[in-house]
Amino acid sequence: MGPRIKLRIGKSTVFKTLVILFASACVIPLLAILGYIIKEGITKINWSFFVNVPKPVGEAGGGIANALVGSFIIVGVAAIMAIPVGILSGIYLSENKTSKLAYWSRLSVDILQGVPSIVIGIVVYFWIVKPIGSFSAISGSVALAIMMLPIIVRSTEETLKLLPDTLKEAALALGMPYHRMILKVILPCGIGGILSGVMLSVARIAGETAPLLFTAFGNPYLSTNITKPMHSLPLLIFNYATSPYDDWHNLAWGASLILLLWVLLLNIITKLTTRKWNIQL
Amino acid sequence: METTVNNPGATRRDKLRVTSSLQTPDKVNVRRLRRSYRQIRTENAFRKTLIIMALAIFVLVVGIMITLIVQSIPSMKLLGVKYLWGKVWDPVQDIYGAYPFLLGTLLTSFLALIISVPFSFAVAIVLGEYYPRGWFSNLLKNVVELIAAIPSVIYGFWGLFVLVPIVRNFELKIGVQPMGVGIFTSSVILSIMVIPYAASMGREMIRMVPSPLKEGAYSLGATRWEVIRSIIMPYTKSGLFAGVLLSLGRALGETMAVTMVIGNTSLIPKNIFSPGNTMASVIANEFTEAASPVYLSALIELGLVLFLVTVVINMIGKRIIKRFTNE
Amino acid sequence: MKLLKNITIAGLVVAICGAMTLQSCNGGGSAATNDSTKTEDNTILGAGSSFDNPLFSKMFAEYNKTTGLKVNYQSVGSGAGILQLTNKTVDFGASDAPMNAKQDSATNGTAVLHIPVTAGAVVLTYNLADVKDTLKITPNVLAEIFLGTIKKWNDAKIAADNKGVKLPNIEIVVVHRSDGSGTSNIFTTYLSKVSKDWETKVGKGSAVNWPAGQGGKGNEGVAGIVKQTPGAIGYVELAYAVQNNMAFAKMQNKAGNFIVPSVATTSASANVQLPADSKISLTNTDAADGYPISGFSWVLIYKEQKYGDRSIDKATKMLKLLQWVIHDGQQYSSALNYAPLPDAAVKVADDILKSATYDGKPVLQ
Repeated sequence: MGPRIKLRIGKSTVFKTLVILFASACVIPLLAILGYIIKEGITKINWSFFVNVPKPVGEAGGGIANALVGSFIIVGVAAIMAIPVGILSGIYLSENKTSKLAYWSRLSVDILQGVPSIVIGIVVYFWIVKPIGSFSAISGSVALAIMMLPIIVRSTEETLKLLPDTLKEAALALGMPYHRMILKVILPCGIGGILSGVMLSVARIAGETAPLLFTAFGNPYLSTNITKPMHSLPLLIFNYATSPYDDWHNLAWGASLILLLWVLLLNIITKLTTRKWNIQL
Repeated sequence: METTVNNPGATRRDKLRVTSSLQTPDKVNVRRLRRSYRQIRTENAFRKTLIIMALAIFVLVVGIMITLIVQSIPSMKLLGVKYLWGKVWDPVQDIYGAYPFLLGTLLTSFLALIISVPFSFAVAIVLGEYYPRGWFSNLLKNVVELIAAIPSVIYGFWGLFVLVPIVRNFELKIGVQPMGVGIFTSSVILSIMVIPYAASMGREMIRMVPSPLKEGAYSLGATRWEVIRSIIMPYTKSGLFAGVLLSLGRALGETMAVTMVIGNTSLIPKNIFSPGNTMASVIANEFTEAASPVYLSALIELGLVLFLVTVVINMIGKRIIKRFTNE
Repeated sequence: MKLLKNITIAGLVVAICGAMTLQSCNGGGSAATNDSTKTEDNTILGAGSSFDNPLFSKMFAEYNKTTGLKVNYQSVGSGAGILQLTNKTVDFGASDAPMNAKQDSATNGTAVLHIPVTAGAVVLTYNLADVKDTLKITPNVLAEIFLGTIKKWNDAKIAADNKGVKLPNIEIVVVHRSDGSGTSNIFTTYLSKVSKDWETKVGKGSAVNWPAGQGGKGNEGVAGIVKQTPGAIGYVELAYAVQNNMAFAKMQNKAGNFIVPSVATTSASANVQLPADSKISLTNTDAADGYPISGFSWVLIYKEQKYGDRSIDKATKMLKLLQWVIHDGQQYSSALNYAPLPDAAVKVADDILKSATYDGKPVLQ
């Protein structure tokens, strides 16, 4: 008996050590990536980095102002498009749990969540870029908005599901019209969860490159016209990272750090709000 | 309760008719009535908006599918089904075969899964069973979330400058052509990127194992390992599988990180260190320049295949999870 | 208020969804773009050849200083430039390969003008840290390297041309373009001319089925990989190699001389009589001091500039820009290692440019 139990306990301990070892190993790539980006990026960031546009090929200096502004505009416009649609569909899904439309709509959200970003890029090229006859920031925004939708819809639906029905009943019993009940009672109650979903979706798409290749296209100048091509941080990183110019690599490292900080900041805010609201996305 | 929430508008309208007929229509009441009607109108408009929005998402997905199908018709007509296993991709001769990319995609994705599964399951077990809370669990949870948050282009950039030289040295040691880029490098990058999907799903599943089951096993004298092996694993088998499927879906569609480190060649990869191309990376490389209609259409057909495969995989994964959580 | 906003946005979404059912209509330019072109639109969008990119970005930056016109040139590859011009999503394309019959037919009979803007050399750049001397490469060796039959740097065939150079015993990593590229076209045209094997097995074109090696996107990508990979060899425009201090080989030309690629040797190759449509290949030149792998690069525009919702103002601005490029802009070529257009070529280019029309009337006098 004795040695057999020892063997079993030993086995258990070995397994535990192995599992913990493997789990801890996940920290290594993360630290390696974060550390490397920070190390390379931090030295490249200075004032001119933020306010200048890139110099002609092969000339030293320049900055990423065009990509920075472009990224904010493209992501901002995408958010303006996706947020109302996403929240309203989320409300519909949480209010109509069993209708036929809800079933298909929910299925669509599931599908949309899995669609590779590059495919969305192709589709938007045919929907917007080709008919209009020009690459444009707005087409990039549409592509990103499509990618944001499923996350916003899901988080809205999940948040509203958590709210007690008595809340709705109380509002309706007081004679509140349906839309005011939703907009004035339900939404404010769930706003934290919905906002965190929105922020998470922004964090997800801020670094998306593939759909922008065929839509936003890029622009060496600072542009704020959303019907024209525009640069963005991920595009710039992709283009400059694969180039031979050390100067461009430097810009790309700096841009990576900025993008990383932006995305991580959004994630941290989301985390804080989800913890408060106890929502699972 | 369900009915009152579902159409309070109808009931309210009825009520309104009743009350208004009871009262004499003086001036104040007319105004109030008008306001009520206006509210009903906005209410109905609001309901319609909700329906339109829900419909819009459905239309969007159908639209994506239709666009992909319509645009890939020329290549379907011209190349037929054999397109999928044609071995040569040669735009100059107008020969299009998707086999190298299918193979590249499958190789990178499955290799990535093989590398990542031990790690993601380990994370799931630690978070779900060993340390459900406490500093270690918090640390691990944050790590996994951060891994998911890093944009793929940054993975690619890092891979290009850090991982590629490491792999090249490794290749020099084992005596294959030292390119550094290739299927293997992309798999490694992908394996890091997909850890969070299987890990968080696995953790949820392990958490869902009913504690009476575990407690029963412990009280019979089972060790931790025995409980994990003979209670948790069988119970969560399908759930863990679903998590792996979600990881696979992500790996299949990943574009930028792979494009940057896979080597971009249309040749059939000879071994896992060869450069290659995945479906997503070949689209990223060649979509903006496919000058002949068939070429373009062939690329879109690749997109369609990619779309269908990821959709099916995701749907199966979601189905399993749904069945699991409903049980 | 909130509701109204939601409804307008709903309308927008429905409009977008509606638009996709009419995806393939070309003329359906929206009113929004119409307005923006009428109000002061000071941008020109070009895309294509990465071969030209260093020169173009310099030229357009200078042009912007004097005229304020913003030229957005995206270095996406010649193939992409031609396709986007065909799709009318850019104002001009740029390519180092003239459009072929298939591409011509895709524009539905609309004539496309080829305006030569510069000539450049495609150089063989390699990454061998220990080799200080410039390698000499013969056409046959080059073909065999890119066919994958010569696998090591210390292969006897390479050594035969480079006596006295200590070649390392490492594998050759071939780097080619992954995108459709005029640079590839120049390179493969040359190889097809000098190697029967290459002609039959691979052929020439912007995007061939490469028998060996790995791909990089754009001249930038190829140069980037070569710079990072010990033992790599790839072909890029001279400017990329020079700007990045990368080693490049002397190529043996038709006359048997080993030629260092430079502005002078490229000019020697480019010193030819151009046909009226300017479509000519400079590879494997007869000139004794000419670099054999060189070629013109063209800007591509529609002959008839009135299409879609283009204004005459925009057409004029673009043609003036191109006129500046072939005349005053040429002063920036040499510093960036491009060969300035020979006078004969400038004359041909000028004539072609003047044949461009807006609504049937010539734009430039």
